Amino acid sequence: MEKKDIIQSFKDSLFTGLIALALFGPIVGLRTVSKGEGLFIAPQWGVVFLLVGLCILGRFLININSARKTEFKIFSSLSSKFSSITEDKAKHFAITGILFAVVFPFLPFTDRYFMDVAIMILTYIMLGWGLNIVVGLAGLLDLGYVAFYAVGAYSYALIATTFGWSFWICLPLAGVFAAFFGILLGFPVLRLRGDYLAIVTLGFGEIIRIILINWYEVTNGPDGITGIPRPSFFGLPFKRSPDEGETSFHLFFNLEYSTMHRIIFLYYLILVLALITNYFTLKIRKLPVGRAWEALREDEIACKSLGVNPTNTKLTAFAIGAMFGGFAGSFFATRQAFISPESFTFIESAIIVAIVVLGGMGSQTGVVLASIFLIGITEMFRDLEQYRMIAFGGAMVLIMVFKPKGILANRKPTILMHGDKK
Amino acid sequence: MEYFIQQLVNGITLGSIYGLIAIGYTMVYGIIGMINFAHGDIFMIGAFVALISFIIFGLTGVALPIILLLVLLIAMLFTACYGWTVEKLAYKPLRGSFRLAPLISALGMSIVLQNYVQVSQGARVKPMQPLFSGGLEFFKNSEFIVTVSYLQIFIVVLTIILMGIFTYLITKTDLGRAQRACEQDRTMTALLGINVDRTISITFIIGSSLASVAGMMFVLYYGVIDFYIGFLAGIKAFTAAVLGGIGSLPGAMLGGLLIGLIETFWAGYVSLEYKDVAAFSVLIIVLIFFPTGFLGKPDIEKV
Repeated sequence: MEKKDIIQSFKDSLFTGLIALALFGPIVGLRTVSKGEGLFIAPQWGVVFLLVGLCILGRFLININSARKTEFKIFSSLSSKFSSITEDKAKHFAITGILFAVVFPFLPFTDRYFMDVAIMILTYIMLGWGLNIVVGLAGLLDLGYVAFYAVGAYSYALIATTFGWSFWICLPLAGVFAAFFGILLGFPVLRLRGDYLAIVTLGFGEIIRIILINWYEVTNGPDGITGIPRPSFFGLPFKRSPDEGETSFHLFFNLEYSTMHRIIFLYYLILVLALITNYFTLKIRKLPVGRAWEALREDEIACKSLGVNPTNTKLTAFAIGAMFGGFAGSFFATRQAFISPESFTFIESAIIVAIVVLGGMGSQTGVVLASIFLIGITEMFRDLEQYRMIAFGGAMVLIMVFKPKGILANRKPTILMHGDKK
Repeated sequence: MEYFIQQLVNGITLGSIYGLIAIGYTMVYGIIGMINFAHGDIFMIGAFVALISFIIFGLTGVALPIILLLVLLIAMLFTACYGWTVEKLAYKPLRGSFRLAPLISALGMSIVLQNYVQVSQGARVKPMQPLFSGGLEFFKNSEFIVTVSYLQIFIVVLTIILMGIFTYLITKTDLGRAQRACEQDRTMTALLGINVDRTISITFIIGSSLASVAGMMFVLYYGVIDFYIGFLAGIKAFTAAVLGGIGSLPGAMLGGLLIGLIETFWAGYVSLEYKDVAAFSVLIIVLIFFPTGFLGKPDIEKV
């Protein structure tokens, strides 16, 4: 490397430092603190200098690195190798994954915390697979998916608390309600293109949330709905002491009472629901309607000229995606036994969309990897509560910058004209 | 009638704020065809910078007009740095990649900015003592006295001045010409010797500075901010941009005014709780009947 390069990169790093100072100076350096009546400034220059120093150093190292032409090749080669491996052995990978998921609750190191995280990841995987129908297959960007999740959760909660029906009756009903909302929203707006659709669905998600907050008579407003019935194991509740005339799960099977029973049951419940979603998606991709979705995603005008009705086709995608969102929502309600509008904010929609896009749109395996990665990141930063969302957003930006097509880019059509020529 | 006029005045003030943010959306959409989701958070950062500088200058005891001018310039400068950096880090590497990539990146950036401010400034709301007081009163003989506060006058006048400068910049200068050229055809513009990257950066800088002015107005008008204000304001401003026809600059201002008016009238006459629903419903209805907005160019799809 020449001396000129070093001086150049040194100057560049100093410029970066200057910008970093302007960025962090006011916001980090001058923290506003409420004291009594007014606000006061509490300077934190130490942190600012640390951050600026890190920026200068980082920039300098990147510059030197790029002068040597090594760049981020390690990263990209790793990820391309990774995706080629998973591409080739997709089937093995899927079977191993499912087997692992089935035995997971009985592994020696699995405790309550792991189970909770696993249930959360599976919920997101299911939501991701549901949204994948809309975003990945049909190519419609839906930023208000959480609305259907909320509709599912609230319809389950309301039906179950009002009529006392069991989970297995309410689950399909919640799905139907969510699908109905999907059609209701989809009908007027599906004629819109790309970005407009994104923003309208976002608005729809917010409308649902605002209605949930303000419609006290039905939804109990911001306080939410409490006392949602837990699911039962084919009529056997998970209770320490069952009510009169009932047998509970642990008595029926002669087991020691443990709260883990219910958690393991919930885990399998969401696993089965998620696998049904996956199976359904894989099957429907091979049906005419699934083919029409993929065709629409690739070229809408060509589709129209071949006699595919774009509105109806998109509407089915929207309704089916919404239905799975509704299923996931009722699972969420029964797991938490408490729901409030706070659980259905825009950030949830953003997380689900991020999972689908980061996984590689249309790739079912990608959704699994992205869910594990993103939820894992936020869990790893759990002790640093405040920083986890920064890490989450940062991961979104970084993956997009280095791998814009997602971890596993899979836009291969499911069928080719003359077989799969390689 | 008096109540109506009062709501009209409030609506115009609010609309000015939305309009200034909407310009940032519409310019970025016009030039690189993406929704800059982080723009609402840039506005929020502008509001924070303005708040911090108001506190600092408030201690020095300088005259109010000088404070306002200084805060305005400082907020514009620092917020522009944010806009510039966000573009360099999150959008520039994605230029030319597929359609959803920059949108996801922008979503991520928005999450980062929100939580960054939450961590560094705290999650609590930040109240500020009002700097302006008093106003002009009309219809003193009737039951309902219409008040136009000096602050409202300041906001509207400042918006008009900024719009004047901005229109001059876009229609009369070389910079504006380069920008309009980039909007039409980026490759051709680059061939004609215009630095496209720099033009795009400048677009972000201008958009962010206007958003920071809106942030300063927001601090003065509401007197309370937190790290979350960017989300709703951003969405409403985007609605405004779509309403006026995305890509059209006068449209953004018109849309901002309309959204401000709709929101205040809805809150005043129909229901306060559902005022945010009004803005979104308007967005959906407008997109169904006028997909290109009021002043937008019709969008012809080519094969």
